[in-house]
Formats: sequence, C-alpha cells, structure tokens
Amino acid sequence: MKLGFSNADEAFRSECAAWLQAQMAGPFADIRGIPNLVSKIERRREWEQELAAHKWSCIGWPEQWGGRGATLAQQVIFAEEYARAGVPGRINHIGVELAGPTILAFGTEEQKARFLPGIAAGTAIWCQGYSEPNAGSDLANVRTKARREGEEWVVNGQKVWTSLAHFSDWIFVIARNQEGTKGPKGLTFLMMEMDQPGIEVRPIRQMNGEAEFNETFLTDARCPADSLIGTPGDGWRVAMGLLAFERGVSTLAQQMGFRNELDGIIAAARANGKDRDPMIRQRVAEAEIGLRLMRYGALRMLSNADHSAIDGAALTYKIQWATWRRNLGELAMDVLGQDGEIAPGAEYEWPMLPNLFLFSRSDTIYGGTNQIQRNLIAERGLGLPKEPRGDL
Amino acid sequence: MEFALTDEQAMIADTVRAFFAENATSERTRAAMEGEGIDRDLWTAFAGELGLAGIGIPEDFGGAGLGMVELAVIAEAAGAQVAALPLLGHAMLAQALVRGGTQVQKEQWLPRLAAGEVIATVSWNAAFEVHDGAVSGTIAHLPHGAIADVLLLHAAGQVWLVDLTGEGVRRTAHVTMDQTRPLATVTLDGTPAEVLENGADGIGGLHAAGWICLAAEALGGAQASLDRTVEYAKERVQFGRPIGSFQAYKHRLADMMVEIEQARSAVYWAACAVDEQAEEAALALHAAKAFCADTYRMCAGNMIQLHGGIGFTWEHDAHLFFKRARSIATLYGDSQWHHEQVAHLLMGDPA
Repeated sequence: MKLGFSNADEAFRSECAAWLQAQMAGPFADIRGIPNLVSKIERRREWEQELAAHKWSCIGWPEQWGGRGATLAQQVIFAEEYARAGVPGRINHIGVELAGPTILAFGTEEQKARFLPGIAAGTAIWCQGYSEPNAGSDLANVRTKARREGEEWVVNGQKVWTSLAHFSDWIFVIARNQEGTKGPKGLTFLMMEMDQPGIEVRPIRQMNGEAEFNETFLTDARCPADSLIGTPGDGWRVAMGLLAFERGVSTLAQQMGFRNELDGIIAAARANGKDRDPMIRQRVAEAEIGLRLMRYGALRMLSNADHSAIDGAALTYKIQWATWRRNLGELAMDVLGQDGEIAPGAEYEWPMLPNLFLFSRSDTIYGGTNQIQRNLIAERGLGLPKEPRGDL
Repeated sequence: MEFALTDEQAMIADTVRAFFAENATSERTRAAMEGEGIDRDLWTAFAGELGLAGIGIPEDFGGAGLGMVELAVIAEAAGAQVAALPLLGHAMLAQALVRGGTQVQKEQWLPRLAAGEVIATVSWNAAFEVHDGAVSGTIAHLPHGAIADVLLLHAAGQVWLVDLTGEGVRRTAHVTMDQTRPLATVTLDGTPAEVLENGADGIGGLHAAGWICLAAEALGGAQASLDRTVEYAKERVQFGRPIGSFQAYKHRLADMMVEIEQARSAVYWAACAVDEQAEEAALALHAAKAFCADTYRMCAGNMIQLHGGIGFTWEHDAHLFFKRARSIATLYGDSQWHHEQVAHLLMGDPA
C-alpha cells in the first residue's frame, strides 16, 4: 500500500503541467480561472480545439480515436494538473466523459467513425437529454416519445435541466419507442443534432443568478435511423452504463476546485479575524479532513478499479462530496458574515465564496439527490430490500 | 496508484479476521470482562501461534518487521470483535522504543514485547515528578493499569519507562464503563524509571502507534456495527416487511456506510503516511483518530437504536461496541483536541 504515484507517472505530471501552465500564462490567459461553464464560449471552443491539436482532449481514449490510451493514473494526473493550472472547466466534458465512452462501449464501428472524431477534435460539443418534468429522481419514467418514420427517428417531448444545451451541437436523448411500456423497458438511446427546427432551448435562471441549464423542447425533432446506440428498447442499459462513467478520474480534479474554495475560506478567516474563533477552527479542521479523505477515498477506488469489492464503497462518493461542499458553503458564509451577503457590483453576480454557498445547494440534488444516493447505497451497497414501487 | 492492500497485507487481513472471529467470541470477551479485562489465552495465541505481537518490531529484535499498515490491519480486525486484548499499550511502547530507545533498551524490551510476555500501558499526560531516576506521582485512567507490567510516561518532550512489577507501585482497579479495556489508577512512590534516549522520536512513535491503533479499532468496530445491523434489518419483519426496506431505516444504514468508507481511507492514509514518513503524517494521524472515533460513536449508537429494545439489553453485544466507542472517543485526545491540532497546522495558533 502506497500513497503516491510512480516516477514515470510523476514525469508525465511534469510534462502536462508544463504545457497547461504555458497555455494559461500565454495564449489562453484570458480564460484562466473562469469558474463557470457559460462565459466566453467562443474562446472556450477554441480552447477545446487547442487541447485536441496537442492530443490532450481525451487522453483516456484509444489512440485510434484521437486519445493517448492513457492509464488511469495518467488520467488522474492530467485532471489534477488541469485544475491546478487554473484552466477553466471543459465545456465539452459531457462529450468527452459521457457521450464518447458510451459510443466506445456500445456503438458500432460506423457510429464510432461518425461521432468520435468531432468530440476528440473539440468541434462537437455535447449535452445530455435525460431528466424530464416527470422523470427526475425516477429517471426511468421518461415520456418523451421516439417513433420510426422511414429512415429517421422522430422525437417528441420535453427535457429539463439540460446543462449547456444553449450552445451544444449534439444531444443524446433517452426516449420511449414502444407504446404502452413503463419504467426501464421500451426506452431507446438516440444521438441528435441540436441545430434543427424541431429543437428549442430555453435557459433556466438558477438561484445564484446564472443560467447554466435549460429546458429543451423536442417537437418532431429528427435524426437518421442509425443514430440509435444499442438496439431499440435497450436504451436503459446504455444509459445506466453511461452513468458508470460519471465517476472516476474527474473526481480528483473536482477536488482541486474544492481545495481552492477551502483555501479561500481560510484566507478570509485570517483577514477578518474569524481564524481565532474556536468553533470556526473546529469547522475548518473538519472541512480539511473531509477534503483529504475525499482524495484518499478516490485513490482507493481507482487503485482497486479491478476489484468489484470496492463497488459498494464507490457508491458513497457522490453524497460524501456533495454534503461536504454544501457544508463548506455554510462555513464560507459564517466566516464572511454580512460582507458575504453584499454583491461586489451592480449585477446579481457573486464571487467564489458566496456563489459556493448558493451553488452548492444544487450539489445535493443533481446527478441523484442525497435521498436517492442513500437508496442506492442501502440497496446496492448493503443489499437491503428495494423500496416498493407505487403505480400512480 | 497503489493505495490498496498488497497481496501479503490482504493475506494478513484474512488471517486475523478469521482468528478474531473464531476466538474473540462474545462468550470469551464477556468472561474477560468479568475478570481482569484481558483474554489471556487470546493474547497468548495472538502473540505465540500467530506471531502478531511482533508486528512493527524489527526482526533483529525478535519481531516480524512490517509497519503501521499491518498494525492497522490487525487492530481493525481486533476492533471488529471488541477483543479484550492489550494491543494498544503494546503497540505504543514498541514504537516508542523502536524509534527512541537505546540499543540496550531495545534488546531488553523488544524481544519480550514481540513474544507477548509483557503487558504495557501508556499514560497520556499525567503530572509526575522524576528525581534521580525515580518517578513519583498518581497516574489516573491507565488502560489495563491494574495488571500492566510496564508503563510508559511522557511529558515535557521526554519518555520514561517504568517497570510496574517492582516495588513502590500501588494500583487501584476501577469498575470501568468499557470492561474490555478497564482503567486503573497507579500511584508511584520513588519507583525506578529510565528515560528513553531520544524522547521526541519516542513520543512520535507512541503517538503514531496509539492513534493508528485506536482509529483502526474504531473502523473495525464501526463496520461490525453496520454489518450486524444490516443482518438484523433483513431478518426482522414489522408491518409485513423487513424493516430494512423502510427508508427511515435504510437511510441511516447508508449514512453509516458513507462515514465508514471515509474512516477506512483515514486509517490507511495515516498508516501509509507514517510508514513513508510523509510530510502530511501529523495531519493524517489527527484526522484519523478524530474521524474514526466520531464514526464509531455514530455507528454504535445507531446500532442500538436500529435494534430497538433488544439493542438496549445486556445480553446483546451492541453495548460492547457502544462502550468501546465511548472510551476510544476520549482516549489519547478527544476529537475537539485533534481538530484543534489540525487547525493549528492550517492556520497557526489562535491569537
């Protein structure tokens, strides 16, 4: 059992750190440190393409499709250095981390050739059409319908909470293709182009004032018949396989952002004297411990990636970080006091710590609420009986 | 990335889990609770047949070598059965000597410790006086103090070794809430004591071993509290359903698992950091002791609540876990103290 990485991995770390830092100091200095995924979109597209030009856009993918076939350790290291260099989040993270791996795992060779190069090149930005007004926690309850018409699928329905849809080029959608089916049966997984008359996107303003997610209306939206991943009716299996890709290497990069937030709180406490308050000191210590344990928890999961025994433990990660970060938001405001409640400018726009307080309220909801996470942990991790399903 | 048990470490884990499950039974632990608080046969088998008392002691001194990760593996398994074993003081004394003792002290004590021949105890922060190599004072709250053969005292950057089997030692055994690790008051009156050559290193050794041992015990106990409650949740039927199917119930179990998985990361992070002499070792040790102790209290408390009336009885083992969790919480620094140490590392002293 060891804490660190091998010498070869550390050499790889130096290589990617040098390149990333040079980009952020030079040609892309203007986007350094942007905390959201919606500002300066044109420059962010250019950044995606710059990553691709140097083969850094999807390093975990096979070389054949524009990746480097990087090991898990290398992917972790790249993600850490990416965050450490202050590079803003990937506006195509859904393409690179979700759509791409799904196509690699479930797509035909033809589909790989059709979709993967655009993602690898940073020219095709993706979003995810899962949730609906009546399919949130109960994701299998989707009502969006897909029907075959000649050589096309025609889709009707409404998606919601579609992050980044307002500038995405592609969307993957789960829709019901078999009339009368319920739950996970009879669903289908489709890849659709956003730029068409049948798709309308309306941004939703969030409680922190920003608009990162949207309502997406599909009205006779169309895609070619071979845009279906898997087989008709098999969409739930594909969608669930995709959820498995959502955890893993990105968690360690996410923690670099958390580190930044906690350091900001410590700096604020030092500046206003709250660092002498024994209760604040206790909470800062607990936050620090929680953050370290997140790191070693993630390393434990990744070090045991081949062992199914760790699967139960992996289920605990989402609720752990989400709850930790929500508490961190509370701590931030308790340290800032009323200063934290005053926006610095004329707009309803917040600096890092007050924004953390507001935004972290979504962390315990999206990607499976804390309550759903507890069901998953109890049922899949501990083998407890399932919650009986109602039929309303 | 190799933050996982090696094959050899996993083998040790399997061996000790099986050993404690088979031997540290509720019946034997309760017999020890009625007596002096130690299952002597268990300790003899642990040290003799398995040779595990030599973990962390160099082979040159009759030990088995290895380090804190292996100690954690063992303490976790012992904690899972609330075994009545003098492992804590043993590990602390051994590591204090390994790091801070003279060659002569090591030769004198380490082989006997590795063989499990002596029972050791450690005082956390008692006030005492030393004149001309003789120590006087009253040392309260000593784990296994009523029967320990050797005592380690530390204060003001120095560590003193006191042979308790000689003269000038008065012991008062206490009825202790956690009967699996009873406390005693020991009064020394001019008792001969020898100082460890390198006090600071000795303290480092006893802190590391003590906090890792307690954290790992707590992890094992917390996991056992969860496992046993999960079993009960699947068997017990009320309102026509297994009670584990109710969200009010299963969500508490899920919360336990979330804490326990962090506690596991904490224990092995701290153990690795000490073995690798990593810069973050001090932070990791405080984190592990505080987090695991808190986790154990939460889990053992939930174990009682989720078992209902049976969980409150003497007959059920839930109270053994609950009381051990309570004693771990206070022993060698409570969570608030450890948190303040972490805060100090991050922000310096409060002005």
